[in-house]
Amino acid sequence: MARAGKTPARSKVARGTAPRPSDALSREQRLALYRYMRLTRSLEERLVALYRQTKVVGGLFRSLGQEADAVGSAFALEQRDVLSPLIRNLGAMLVKGATPLEVLRQYMAKGDSPTRGRELNIHFGDTDTRNFIGQISHLGDMVPVMAGVTLSFKLRGEDRVGLVYVGDGATSTGAFHEGINFAAVQRCPLVVIVENNGYAYSTPTHKQTAARQFVDKAIGYGITGVQADGNDVLAVYDVTREAVDRARNGGGVTLVELMTYRRKGHAEHDNQSYQPVDEIERWAEANDPIDRYMRVLREEQGVTDDEFDAMHAEIALTIDRATDEAEASPMPEPTDALVGVYADPPIIPPLWFRESVRSAVDANERAAGWGTYDG
Amino acid sequence: MNVLPDGGRMTVERAAANSVTGSGSKTPVERTYLEAIRDAMEEEMVRDPNVFLLGEDIGAFGGAFKVTDGLHARFGDDRVIDTPISEAGIVGAAAGAAHMGMRPIVELQFIDFISCAYDMLTNYVATARYRAFLPCPMVVRGPSGGYVRGGPFHSQNPEAAFLHTPGLKIVYPATAADAKGLMKAAIRDEDCVLFFEHKYLYRRIKDVMPEGDHVVPIGKARIAREGTDVSIVTYAATVWRALEAAEQLAAEDGISVEVIDLRSLLPLDDDAIVATVRKTNRLLIVHEDTRTGGIAGEITARVSETCFEWLDAPVLRVTAADVPLPYSPPLEDYVLPQTSDIVRAVRRLVAY
Repeated sequence: MARAGKTPARSKVARGTAPRPSDALSREQRLALYRYMRLTRSLEERLVALYRQTKVVGGLFRSLGQEADAVGSAFALEQRDVLSPLIRNLGAMLVKGATPLEVLRQYMAKGDSPTRGRELNIHFGDTDTRNFIGQISHLGDMVPVMAGVTLSFKLRGEDRVGLVYVGDGATSTGAFHEGINFAAVQRCPLVVIVENNGYAYSTPTHKQTAARQFVDKAIGYGITGVQADGNDVLAVYDVTREAVDRARNGGGVTLVELMTYRRKGHAEHDNQSYQPVDEIERWAEANDPIDRYMRVLREEQGVTDDEFDAMHAEIALTIDRATDEAEASPMPEPTDALVGVYADPPIIPPLWFRESVRSAVDANERAAGWGTYDG
Repeated sequence: MNVLPDGGRMTVERAAANSVTGSGSKTPVERTYLEAIRDAMEEEMVRDPNVFLLGEDIGAFGGAFKVTDGLHARFGDDRVIDTPISEAGIVGAAAGAAHMGMRPIVELQFIDFISCAYDMLTNYVATARYRAFLPCPMVVRGPSGGYVRGGPFHSQNPEAAFLHTPGLKIVYPATAADAKGLMKAAIRDEDCVLFFEHKYLYRRIKDVMPEGDHVVPIGKARIAREGTDVSIVTYAATVWRALEAAEQLAAEDGISVEVIDLRSLLPLDDDAIVATVRKTNRLLIVHEDTRTGGIAGEITARVSETCFEWLDAPVLRVTAADVPLPYSPPLEDYVLPQTSDIVRAVRRLVAY
């Protein structure tokens, strides 16, 4: 209940007077921020429909209400920079160039999905051109990995930075501590974003840590710590951009705590019995990141209803087409399961009882090779 | 010639598989097992600027066993990196650097601490290529094994804990020449290789190093001694105890023992195992690791599946007892495989 009684956090960046990195964003870029947030939400809504049709064969994870923190932070990176998303950072991956078609194929376990049907949901990446790395389910593990990614930038003198997301829960893991400490000591060009959405599955933050706020942990690592309103996309962009610039200029690691709220369950199956209904409703009504940003765009950029409608129509069409294409995609060939565990050997030999030619035991007689090695 | 000081003089007959690149020896240089590992890393660091080291106390100090001694002076802070005490952090960072094209070599101060990085190795590193097409060319190395009065946390042989993790490779050399050749192969491999070093052998054995670029392929076993009556399949320090037992059995019983040094544990050299079983029809597997769930069990299963009709006796195992490794000499010596245990097991196989 730690967050239940709180007013939704507001940005600590004073608005109006001091220059902000987002001041330099063009109108086109500001609309792009909106489009990524809306695309995230609409794509997840489509996934819910597909989940209910059992076409999404595994779990489904939503980022409803957290679109601003994912999109605004990833928007502060250059293409050459490397991002490590978490399960609620679909928006960040879209900013980095992940496509709705990839996401749909991935959730539907298709053979031409980015992981060829091996991994679930948004656990995929691309280190060739778009520069985001697929996460694993073990929370906190991506922090040491990104420490190493950014260590390589430092060792090679490359002008690149890394950004890794963790949730409030992951800050309790050993991997988080070891990774951020390693990166801090090495002054790696790394930004660590703690998305504080109030809950780790059903566990509220006050059962996760005795610290007053997660940003305080930065002090213990000797790094810069900043906190911002995670539902204000421009505030998120500002604070992340400053951290990215600091990393790029040799200033080392920054811990960014983004205050937000998880309006859906841990996954789609979760009935959220542990979240007060009025708490969810209050955040939805008073602090929806897309609603808030629409108001900003209308008031400050003069964006019209027609412009919004056009964007929404384009997004709907994009998702419809991607859905049709993903549904038509083939499932993987079963034997593809044996490919690519190692570079060498590239294929694991099939087990004898899976070999169509040699499964002769069914005939109640000895297989040709029984008792010998190469027969 | 290799000599182990504690159990009489033992000679290794080098099989052809233990290849020597080039011939025409001029001034043969003997290097210890430990120096061979250092030489391999140093030569690879010269050859490939992406190779770098990270670990605890490995910089100017040279590491707890001095395996990296002198490398910091030669290559500097950026290529020989002292790290905080955080095995998971180090292994994870190595993985991230490897994704970006580097070739990190992680030193674990004792291999016992590899368990602190178990999650990173099994969940993250081992799956990276398969689930995400992320290359993870890295080496995780460290001093392993007992017979050194190290107690429960400085004597472990945790290789079996990783044997059933697809995506990892495991090597565990028994000779100085193999230590060098396998280290070079491990550094050049496109996947993560766990490189177990037997600390008992560090300074007790030496070899004249094969000339040239000496690389021992991963996955190929070595015939350490040829024989016709009984096969002993083993690896690491117990290769030497098996050779000692073979000498004794030849002298006292006229039994001809073949000793296979596996060198690589993942992948296992099935061809070499099958060949020796077909040749002698009797198999003893020896390892220093504990018994239950150990590699001997896996080898036994494979031999049972593929060589049942070639066996003239049950497959036997000589292993450590299923206890944490104790400190006091009478306790440690009782738990770990000794030459006399191997002699006894071979006699039992022959008498069956």
